[in-house]
This record gives sequence, structure tokens and C-alpha cells, in this order.
Amino acid sequence: MSLRNTARAFPTLLRIGFVDAVAYRAEMFIWVLATTMPLVMLALWSTVAREAPIGRYGEAQFTAYFLATFVVRQLTGSWVFYDMNFAVRNGTLAMRLLRPVHPLWAYGAEALAAMPMRFAVSLPIAVVAMAVVGAHGMTHDPVLWGVWVASVIGSWLITLLVNLMIGCASFYIESSLKLMDAWLVFFFILSGYIIPIDLFPPTLRALVEWLPFRFQIGFPVEVMTGAHGRGAALALLGGQWLWVAAGFGATALMWRGGLRRFAAYGG
Amino acid sequence: MIRVRALRKRFDVHERSPGVAAAFRSLFRRRTRAVLAVDGIDLDIAPGERVGFLGPNGAGKTTTLKILSGLLHPTSGEVRVDGHEPRRREDAFLKKIMLVLGQKQQLLWDLPASETFELNRAVYDVPRAQYEETLRELVDLLELKELINKPARTLSLGERMKCELAAALIHRPRVLFLDEPTIGLDVTTQATVRDFVKRYNERSGATLILTSHDMGDVEQLCPRVVLIDHGKLLYDGALDQLVARTRPDKRIVLRFARPVDADDLVKLGKLVRHDTGQSVLQVHKDAVNAVVGHALAQLPVSDLLVESAPLEEVMSELFTRNRRREAGGEAER
Repeated sequence: MSLRNTARAFPTLLRIGFVDAVAYRAEMFIWVLATTMPLVMLALWSTVAREAPIGRYGEAQFTAYFLATFVVRQLTGSWVFYDMNFAVRNGTLAMRLLRPVHPLWAYGAEALAAMPMRFAVSLPIAVVAMAVVGAHGMTHDPVLWGVWVASVIGSWLITLLVNLMIGCASFYIESSLKLMDAWLVFFFILSGYIIPIDLFPPTLRALVEWLPFRFQIGFPVEVMTGAHGRGAALALLGGQWLWVAAGFGATALMWRGGLRRFAAYGG
Repeated sequence: MIRVRALRKRFDVHERSPGVAAAFRSLFRRRTRAVLAVDGIDLDIAPGERVGFLGPNGAGKTTTLKILSGLLHPTSGEVRVDGHEPRRREDAFLKKIMLVLGQKQQLLWDLPASETFELNRAVYDVPRAQYEETLRELVDLLELKELINKPARTLSLGERMKCELAAALIHRPRVLFLDEPTIGLDVTTQATVRDFVKRYNERSGATLILTSHDMGDVEQLCPRVVLIDHGKLLYDGALDQLVARTRPDKRIVLRFARPVDADDLVKLGKLVRHDTGQSVLQVHKDAVNAVVGHALAQLPVSDLLVESAPLEEVMSELFTRNRRREAGGEAER
């Protein structure tokens, strides 16, 4: 499938994806409520830090950290594995395979298309939260903001590629929903989503810094809150994009192998 | 247009007995069984032909269609569709074909059908002017005007199938694969779909391959049929020849002005049905003239019709015979 063909159709894929994402208003409202976990963690950790700072985190640092976590999570979330797993199991992937646009690009477009809606819904929450509790602790370095943008794109890509790989796993193990459950357990604990990574015990932290979870949330949040200097941030960005490259390779291999096994079940 | 040689497709199917113990055992040891869904099929289809694939459930019809449309990789054999190897799924190939699955949908479930049409216009790179013209024709022929702006999920089965057909034809495919296109539709919608498909074939010269359990689809759309059972080709040729070969008998439907005794009819041929005012006789095709002449001369006939055996019966007899032959270990063909 040519990239040219995909690129030409991409604006329409995005537009349709956006229209689809806003088809259900009630569902969207519930989704907004379900994504406020970092704000809950903010309240929790801020209360704990009121007594005494934990590591480098006082009340203001926790506030900045979890507001940043909320924003990064909103910008990088993806759940395409669910649709893909369903499509492989019941054979509806066949309809996507018939179109001259690579299904993985189409899934990517759908994930991207949901972004404006996620942004529109989550941005006011972030702005209001910042106005109420203050925006102390965010970096003021424009270079680091540039790194942050690249890290958010990297984070989005890692999350999307993990979704696609778990979706592809259903070619091999028939249903891969539980795989995502397992991934999420590690993600919540090891990504910095509920506990900042620099509060981990040193040995665990050394391990976590090599794993991809941290690059999904913790790294962009750390850049946003000024935890790293320019040099360290760029080095970590390199590490993050190595995971992106590995993710692309692994996804392509799993897709190619999986497609040979695809049985296109059902009429 | 389509060339198939020694096509085989094998699936490894997981098997387990019912019950909790079997489910637990299957966690550690999975039993698989190889199923040969397509077993050495050869086929040639010329451009513009309308061909019906017939066979009982699990015969291998849909698997063959899925291989021809590039969804499944064949285990072995050669497949060419308009010069392309389908499993490679090149853009040029995908832009020439479309597969409509009666039990699957390509319409975006939560959005109006018009959004799916627009999506297909973009992905198939259909020029805007051509798209507008095609859409106008499709909306007109399939009477979609009131439907295309409703979310697909709110459409009835028949309405959805008409929209599916329209979505499938936006890029004017040269090869159209239809898998059970009229399944679950009411008689009127069935007729609309059949008529539309036939007209599309006649106007565009597109090649049409259809699978259906509805013999009405086959009789009205397919001059040529391919019979498949247990993955093997049983017959490839004209539908009327198949009927004549399998059931050389004809049926004479007689309507009477007053009741007739059954004994007067059994002398003429095999009495298939005998109701008040109407009877059906089955006679060898060579005896039809004589029996009709006798009936008209001797009986109070008010109306008379000579027809072949219903296609459903022909198919049923053919597949039953084949399975008996297989069970008896005879050669397949």
C-alpha cells in the first residue's frame, strides 16, 4: 500500500475520525470524568506533602507534576487496541483490508482524530486547575518546551504502537484484551502516572529508567516541570525515540506475521 | 479476468470438548485439527461474466471469495485477478475490486452512510466529478435519498444492504464479489438488490461472482454456476445444463376446472402433489409432449405450466449424492 495514497486520504480519515469521536455526547462526558485520576493523585499527594516535602516534592511541586501528568495523558492517550482486537476476532478487519489504505495508518488517523476533542475537553480543566492552584514549577526554558513537544509526540507514538502491537497480538492469541490489562498494571505503576519516578527506590528507579513506560508519561512531565537540564532532556529524548523506532519495527513484524494467520472469520 | 490453479487453503482449528475440565486442560494442551477448506480448485472467469458459487455451509465458497479478494493467503496454488496476485493487496488491485459480505458491514456504524461514501471517495481517490455522478446514479437506482443522512445503526437490514452496495460501488470496481448479498432481506428488497446488481454488471461490464443460499439470486443473476463441496469443485458450467443433467425430469403443474381423481393422474407420471384444483406431475422430459396432450384431451384442465425441478431440490440432490459417493469411497469426480 503506497504512502502517497494514504497521505492523500489522511485529511478525510482525520475528519471522519473526529466526527466519529463526537458521535456520542453522553459517552464523551463520562470519559472526561474517567480521566481525572491525576487530579485525584494531585489532591492526595499535596495533602501528604503539606506535613513535610517528600523527596524534592513540596505541595507546589506535586501540584505542577500532576497537572502536567493530566495534560500529557490527555494528549497521548489511545485505545485503538480495543477496536483492533474486536476487528480481528470477529473478522470485520476484512472490511479495512479491502481499502487501499493501510489499516494501521487508518487506526493511527482515528487515534489522532480524537485529539482535538480530548484537547478541547481537557484544556479548560487544566487551565482552571492552574488558575486555582497556580502554575509554579513549570519550566520557562523555550528549548525545553521544544523538547517537551517532541517528547509528547514520542509518548503518543509509543502509546499508539503499544496499542497496535497488542491489537496485532490477537492474530496470534485470539483475544488480547487481557494483555492490555497486564500492560496497564505496569503502566500505572512504572510510568510516573500515580507516583513520580524519582520517588522510587534507587534500584527500581534504575530499572524503570530503561523501560518504555516512563517515556509514555514521566519523561514529558519531567521536562514540563523543569526536572532536567537541556543536555539531560535531549539525551532522554534520544532514548525515547529509540523506543519509538523499536515500536515501529515490532509493530510491522507483528502485523506482517499476523496477517498470514488472519482467518477473516464470519460470513 | 480470474485464473485459479490448484488452489488450496488449510486452517488449523482449535478443538476442545465442552465443560470446565476440558477448558482447564486446554490451557496447557491445545488440540488442533487441520481443515482443508479449499482443496485443489481450478477456475477461469472471463471479464463481464456473472458466476454463482454454490455449495452447502462450510463448502469453501466464502473462503475462495476471500482468497480471490486478497483477505486470505492461500496455502498453495496460483491465483490471478486481472493480472494481480490478490494476497499482495496492491493499491492497483484493491481499487479494481470490492467484496460485499452480507453479514459484515463497511458502513461506519455511528455515522450517516454519506460519511462512508465520502471516506471511500478519498481512499479510492475518486475524482470529485465522477464521485458526484456515481453517487447520483446510486442514490437514484437504489432509492437512497431518504437514507444516506441517517446514522447507519438506525437503518433497517434492507436499507443498510442497499447503502452497503452503494458504498461498495463508489469507486466503480471491475470485479465485484458478493457473499450472500440478500441474506435476511424481504422479497421486495431482494428483488431491488438483484435487479440493481444485474444492471451494474450489464452497464459497467464488471465481473460478478456471487455466493448465495437463495436460489432466486442464482437463477436470476448467474448464467454460470460453480458447485463446491468439501472444498472441491463438483461442477462448473451453465445453470440450465446442470439442472437438466441432475434432474432430467420436468414438472407439469395442472389446474383443473373441477376435482380430478388421483388415480387418473398416476397413470401419466409421478404424482408429486395433489390438492383440490391443482396437481403436479413429474415426467421424463421426453414424455412431456405426450403427457400434456393426453391431459388436455382427457382431463378438465383450466391451466397448465411446464417447469424444471426447483433449484433447491436439484442442489440438495446433487450434494446428497456427492456425500454418499464420498462416504462410499468413490472417486470425487
